[in-house]
Amino acid sequence: MAEIPLNECCYRLNHLDRSWDIDVYMANGGYEVWKKVLAGELTPQEIIDEVKTSNIRGRGGAGFPTGLKWSFMNRHAPGPKYILCNSDEGEPGTFKDRDILRYNPHQLIEGMMIAGYVIGANTGYNYIRGEFWEPYKRFDNAVKQAYEAGLLGKNILGSGWDFDLYTHLGAGAYICGEETALIESIEGKKGQPRFKPPFPASYGLYGRPTTINNTETLASIPMILAKGGKWFADLGVPGAGGTKIYAVSGHVEKPGNYEVRMGTPFKDLLALAGGVWKGRKLKAVIPGGSSTAVLPAEKAMEMNMDYDSIAKAGSFLGAGSVIIMDETTDMVKALERLTWFYYEESCGQCTPCREGTGWMYRIVHRIRTGKGRPEDIEMLKDVSGKIMGRVICGLGDAASIPVASFLEHFEHEFRHYIEHGCSIYDRA
Amino acid sequence: MSEKNYQVIKGDVKARIDRWISQYPADQRQSAVMPALRIVQEINGGYLTRELMDEVADYLGMPPMAVYEVATFYSMYEHKPVGKHKICMCTNISCMLRDADDLVEYLKEKLGVDVGEVTPDGRFSIKKVECLGACGEAPVAMIGKEYYGNLTRERLDELLDSLE
Repeated sequence: MAEIPLNECCYRLNHLDRSWDIDVYMANGGYEVWKKVLAGELTPQEIIDEVKTSNIRGRGGAGFPTGLKWSFMNRHAPGPKYILCNSDEGEPGTFKDRDILRYNPHQLIEGMMIAGYVIGANTGYNYIRGEFWEPYKRFDNAVKQAYEAGLLGKNILGSGWDFDLYTHLGAGAYICGEETALIESIEGKKGQPRFKPPFPASYGLYGRPTTINNTETLASIPMILAKGGKWFADLGVPGAGGTKIYAVSGHVEKPGNYEVRMGTPFKDLLALAGGVWKGRKLKAVIPGGSSTAVLPAEKAMEMNMDYDSIAKAGSFLGAGSVIIMDETTDMVKALERLTWFYYEESCGQCTPCREGTGWMYRIVHRIRTGKGRPEDIEMLKDVSGKIMGRVICGLGDAASIPVASFLEHFEHEFRHYIEHGCSIYDRA
Repeated sequence: MSEKNYQVIKGDVKARIDRWISQYPADQRQSAVMPALRIVQEINGGYLTRELMDEVADYLGMPPMAVYEVATFYSMYEHKPVGKHKICMCTNISCMLRDADDLVEYLKEKLGVDVGEVTPDGRFSIKKVECLGACGEAPVAMIGKEYYGNLTRERLDELLDSLE
């Protein structure tokens, strides 16, 4: 395996002592871009063009081109506008943003400042999930340091530009990672997604034009502007630039976050994570977080970690949350746990999702507990198919994709449970 | 807002909630409902009551029902007593793959209580939670505001002994 360059963007300072301090950040080029922006050396249009050149796609899971998203905002529209950062990291298998908040919070802050300037927003909120107390304290302290350094607040560095930045803490709800649920949550309500359109760019927080970007996306922005959009684009593959943080968990020797270049072969990423643990063989991989389709080992071993290659293998890059399963994994039990998660986290607003996630869990549960019926497999396929595309947000699809893909590749394990009342690994 | 005789939202608690209120537009006090509920829950030993929720509603100028909706939607709010140390065990996929279920069973056995119950001395309660977003250290638990990763039965023993 050739040497793989690591930590070139969001994690570039993580190896340094007290990397979260403003002194360390500024000693390493931090806030230089922000100062150029305030000095008028980079116009909003130039920034959008550079971000488009970088080919960065949203790192929260949907993969929407960031430059295009920003261009939907009219920065000269009268009245308040908002920039929101989505640090509600809750997709099972995902833990990359936590380490940005803990180890490089200033780069995220600089990204939010720049994004706010581009879209004409004088206020930003970073929505951090409520369980992330330590990351919240790190981020909050970094915000205080940025205020003290005169980089936030009113008439920043005499530029005439105002920007205030705050944190909103969640309280335990996966759905608040959906951008309109996140907005509802900041407004002090249950996190139930809104019907779209209107999209947040026209009707967002408090009914005002709003842009929401993921933590990793925003933390990448200062580097894109410091080194150029082309630099970032060239790190990746055609159509998807940059580095990407892959959070590798499950049955590996060295689970953890690996910031590598987009398009890195999966097998190299697996090797970086120490390979499958206990000397066992790879059975299956969920490449992008629990909402993306599971892939059998042979397909995963051939793919590269970029949008197109993973799509060709039959799944999605998602948030880059790679869950590794070894040859002893009971796929029925794994799916049972995932169906429980979506059942638990459905906000209850749309009937197909509210009812369907419960159906799917109960069917997989009865199969796993030896009470499955021959018709259950068809029933599962039917229910998952009837949720998809019939609800107002992505959670319904996210709940259905695991069911459909586990059955596509591992149906025989479900049939074994139904016929024998136990897993393929149990001696009957 | 008139000064009322609140039971809990006064002094330091009021100051903490007011700091959150101040970060939202002046006409959007309800945006502080989540931090307000978190703070009063903390003051009350880890769980909410009808009286506390009503006080938050009154203070923020919200209908009580809107506060109950929030307080029952988000999983970190509790509505009955919990242990002094609420042990939130993640059992989602990445933790499950690294034997989190065994740790839940071990905790139940060790503490003599089921998930959702409090030990008779009031020190501990067990809760199963969804992904905590720290899967690189699976299996993971959150106790109070802290995360503890790479858990084993032995590590849990040490951890529980170290908590008062």
